Amino acid sequence: MKSLEELEEIRKKTLESVNIRTERQGTRVVVGMGTCGIAAGARPVLLAFLDEVSKRNLNNVIVTQTGCIGVCRLEPMVEIYTPGEEKVTYVKVTPDKVSKIVSNHIVNGQIVSEYTIGAYEEEER
Amino acid sequence: MRDISLHILDIVQNSIAAQGTTIYIEIDEDAEKDLLTFTISDNGVGMDGQMVDHIFNPFCTTRTTRKVGLGLPLLKASAEGSDGYVHIESKQGEGTQIKAAFKISHIDRPPLGKIDETIVTLIACNPDIDFIYTHITNRGKFFFDTRDIKNKIAGISIAQPEILKFIGEYIESGLKKIGGGAT
Repeated sequence: MKSLEELEEIRKKTLESVNIRTERQGTRVVVGMGTCGIAAGARPVLLAFLDEVSKRNLNNVIVTQTGCIGVCRLEPMVEIYTPGEEKVTYVKVTPDKVSKIVSNHIVNGQIVSEYTIGAYEEEER
Repeated sequence: MRDISLHILDIVQNSIAAQGTTIYIEIDEDAEKDLLTFTISDNGVGMDGQMVDHIFNPFCTTRTTRKVGLGLPLLKASAEGSDGYVHIESKQGEGTQIKAAFKISHIDRPPLGKIDETIVTLIACNPDIDFIYTHITNRGKFFFDTRDIKNKIAGISIAQPEILKFIGEYIESGLKKIGGGAT
């Protein structure tokens, strides 16, 4: 079994990298975690975001949760808030869509239009 | 919900919404009694008797965005569908305790699922809340307290990816040791 003593080593390493981290306001990734979101698969989506953000060392990105966003049939939903820009809502997100959203949108500033709520509603018409 | 760990993730959201700052999650897999139970206790705002009486009604919710709340009714259906039950106790100003039981051998009992992912998700999104997670099987007991972690990592957040990764692996290895995680 793993031991809590390992934390000391992790702490040291993390502190070193945290010192380099900038304090500027970053992007917020908000995953809908109401009953609807959880039932539709929000947990693996949230974990995929955490994983991707950590792999790419995106130190100024925060991944967090909110309750029911209000369009339960389109869950799992993810809202991305970038300072100074309008909020973008992605719908029916799955873990395999996450890496594209992170690389295109969060890293390169290109919204992945085909996954957004706008594109989905257009398609439904 | 596909499994019990997702129900737990969902029910704990109620404790968070009730402004709980310390949340206990206890899972007990009792093979002798053929019963899997989980208990979630919080020190949130609690509910009055009238609210508790209606708590399993899907049209009972404190939410303002819409008029339904399905978390507890879904849990009740799932527990009772596998010969179990859900009990709830609450006191205004003190907190709430929910206990759900499932008959392990029942054909309709959902698997426990990835409880490590549920705990990591909760910590990642609520780094300021203390979670105390106990898991008991006939082979032993696993105990995890975010306060122990926070004491050891002074200066950095428990929501740091490196720490979350460690916590996930720590829980996984702890459960393996006691043979936890009913499939």
